[in-house]
Amino acid sequence: MSGNNEDIKNAFSEIKKNAEKNFNESRNSDIPAIYIGMATCGRAAGAEEAERAILETLDERNVKADVIHVGCIGHCYAEPVVIVDNPGFPPIFYYNVTAGKSKLIVKAFLERGDPLYEHLLGAMEENELIPSVMGFPRFGMEKRIVMEKCGHIDPEDINEYIKKGGYASLAFALSKTQADIIDEIRISGLRGRGGAGFPAWKKMEAVYGSDSKEKYIICNADEGDPGAYMDRTIIESNPHQLLEGMMVAAFAAGASKGIIYVRHEYPLAVKIIKKAIDDSNRMKLLGENILNSGFSFHIDIFEGSGAFVCGEETALIESVEGKRGMPRTRPPYPVERGLKNKPTVINNVKTLSTIPAIVNKGGKWFSGIGTKSSPGTAIFSIVGNVVHAGLVEIPMGVTIRTLIYDICGGIPGGKAFKALQIGGPSGGCLPESALDTPIDFDSLTEAGAMMGSGGMVVMDEDSCMVDVAKYFLEFTKNESCGKCTFCRIGTGHLLTILERITNGEGREGDVELLERLAGDIKRGSLCGLGKTAPNPVLTTIRYFRHEYEAHIHSKRCPSLKCRPLTAFYIDLGKCARGCDACVGSCPVDCIFTTKGRKKGIDQEVCVKCGECVTACPEEYNAVIKVSPPHLVPHIEKLEESK
Amino acid sequence: MAVIFVDNVEIDAEEGRTLLEVCLEKGIAIPNLCFIKHNDSPSASCRLCFVEIEGIEEPVTSCTVKVKDGMVVTTDSAEVRELQKTAFRLILSTHRIDCGNCPSRKRCELIKISRILKVKLSPEIYDPIERKVKAEEHPHLIYDISKCINCGKCVYICKKLHGRSYITFARRGIETGISFFGEKDAESIPCGKCRACADICPVSALLFYEHYSDLLKKQ
Ligand SMILES: Cc1cc2nc3c(=O)[nH]c(=O)nc-3n(C[C@H](O)[C@H](O)[C@H](O)COP(=O)(O)O)c2cc1C
Ligand code: SF4
Ligand code: FES
Repeated sequence: MSGNNEDIKNAFSEIKKNAEKNFNESRNSDIPAIYIGMATCGRAAGAEEAERAILETLDERNVKADVIHVGCIGHCYAEPVVIVDNPGFPPIFYYNVTAGKSKLIVKAFLERGDPLYEHLLGAMEENELIPSVMGFPRFGMEKRIVMEKCGHIDPEDINEYIKKGGYASLAFALSKTQADIIDEIRISGLRGRGGAGFPAWKKMEAVYGSDSKEKYIICNADEGDPGAYMDRTIIESNPHQLLEGMMVAAFAAGASKGIIYVRHEYPLAVKIIKKAIDDSNRMKLLGENILNSGFSFHIDIFEGSGAFVCGEETALIESVEGKRGMPRTRPPYPVERGLKNKPTVINNVKTLSTIPAIVNKGGKWFSGIGTKSSPGTAIFSIVGNVVHAGLVEIPMGVTIRTLIYDICGGIPGGKAFKALQIGGPSGGCLPESALDTPIDFDSLTEAGAMMGSGGMVVMDEDSCMVDVAKYFLEFTKNESCGKCTFCRIGTGHLLTILERITNGEGREGDVELLERLAGDIKRGSLCGLGKTAPNPVLTTIRYFRHEYEAHIHSKRCPSLKCRPLTAFYIDLGKCARGCDACVGSCPVDCIFTTKGRKKGIDQEVCVKCGECVTACPEEYNAVIKVSPPHLVPHIEKLEESK
Repeated sequence: MAVIFVDNVEIDAEEGRTLLEVCLEKGIAIPNLCFIKHNDSPSASCRLCFVEIEGIEEPVTSCTVKVKDGMVVTTDSAEVRELQKTAFRLILSTHRIDCGNCPSRKRCELIKISRILKVKLSPEIYDPIERKVKAEEHPHLIYDISKCINCGKCVYICKKLHGRSYITFARRGIETGISFFGEKDAESIPCGKCRACADICPVSALLFYEHYSDLLKKQ
């Protein structure tokens, strides 16, 4: 590169000085600051209502405060989240902030100095007044690298990002050689966070080493796993960190053009990343001759159509080229023939977002976090039957048990843990016996699941594992691009077999047939979608074979989930004479009165919706669910009630 | 020149050529449906042409492998046959078998493959799947998805001859099939004078109207 290191330093300190000045002018530290989590998840939980209530109350009571939008802090169970930085107090984290609570915060805390102990989760820093959130395992046991600033900064304010250390790694990288940066990434041991865990430095090196004039870098933000939303949140909460990481990677690989492939269904993420790109361009951190280094780089957004398979790198490239999103055979890999047949680095949002920290603190620092073969942190969206759901960032190597029970508060309602689905539709279900598996690329693959891009669903005792496999197969079957035989037709047959099992029509030999077909699909498919689609079936058979067998041999669903295999009846010993709470709840009028003026269910008519279970007063709890259906006792009707 | 060994037979072949192509030329039977000669970027979608190559753990599709000197290839190992039989049965589970009325029956690739694999022309353990899609109109062509095996040869040849494809794959998953893109205007499309797609289709899933009416008359 042509730039002189002194020039780069000067250019950056000039930008930084301006950013600090502009930021300081935009905030007034004498009045309280109210930070509201306004990422997609916060909005869905009611953050906009909370904001409206806060603004109205401030206005009404004539109280001065800055209301600042921030991204998501990851604590979805607590949303809407509001952090109040009131001079004289530490910043305080309030959870589930409804419109009512919002008013209270203004009236009690801002006006009267009462921090409302019953509504706060804790203070964001150590202090003598209020217990810190760090004492709370969901905060204290996490290790935040990528998500460090998420929920703490305004994602739309480039000045704040720069003031708080942003773009320093870019300035540093530009003053080094490309080989230096690749080497630093190699030392860090960073592996791709998009699923397969491929060493990040190898892709950069391969593209750097190619003599092609045109080279590209693509950020994969397709995030198609149902229920996963890490990448969206990271973009919505700290977009500049991603841009910075992408620029450093582009510099190292020698790419002059970058594309961020975001799914169209993420309008807020698209808007925020677009603004971030505009702001960086305006501040000359992007574009021609960045920081006088001689390195030029441009980033475009590509809005994907939201097909799951478009997350697969070769299908993604086809889609950017304007073709139907269907995978190509590999090799050649994108680093050899990628976008427009030119060498292309393609990385996940999290992979690229990790790079600034590695460059700032050194590869050695990063390699000391996590495990030897999987250094760094893992980011998961953990949902389902778990108390503190949301986004977590933990050091690799933490066990599943620690994650679920210590960090995320365990299973709600005193229910027992049954399985953890990890890695989305390509991943697998791990049983209780796997709770002590460390979370890292290799251990998870060995257990039959995979890291995937970070979706985790916790399931309690009420989940039927055949039904879970069916759910994921339904997804992959519909998302198959239709190109290759195994995936296009094979996943359809897997689903058909699962459907007949859950309908009570399972045939002898179906489990073996599933295993055989699933194995063939895994080995025979063209791309990663087909190669991993059978994992939910294979792992549920591996760990929960008895459930499959109960469905097939005794037409019994052990978790009482599969409708055709269950039935409801009213226990006459528990039913209260004369009570008819359930009668009106039944949508098909199938509850009758018995000889003893209690209630019964007409099995011929019942649609098994379960409404009567909810309607039956808690003190009786008389509606019983059984499987198989023939366990229902015969209950006689009162003649005239017919 | 490279020397390779296929099922213990020594074969001379040009280095860099496609393994499947070389084997087929030498009369070695490897099932295949989507392979097209001289196509640099094979679609590798039918998943039938598997072989085992020494040094590679899992079976690989021979249409995507280039010949290398000293390569040792097995075309009929148990693993290869297992994958091929499954792929073949899956294809048959979506292919309406109606050989009596099929114009392709004399050159039918499916029948040939069933002989190579020594299996019945039937999906056997898999229940047939009926694919339901809305029929599209076209001034010249009729497309029957219940016969289509999704080999992609028609799309390839159309693009090769006309520089762009007037037919293409549409929809997802099991419903994936050929679409005419709503190309209804007989004047603006070359189909009236070209019949390449119907000619290349191995299973008569694409037919021209006149051909189709001949067929009806015969029945
Ligand atoms: C069916 C399928 C879907 C995928 N979806 C995504 C995705 O949504 N996001 C992603 O980053 N990688 C996805 N991948 C992985 C990509 O192909 C690719 O490996 C990844 O983007 C590389 O980035 P990394 O090295 O940073 O992990 C998917 C792979 C398959 C097979
Ligand atoms: S119509 Fe014929 S040539 Fe085209 S994909 Fe179907 S089977 Fe192949
Ligand atoms: S001929 Fe090789 S996959 Fe179809």
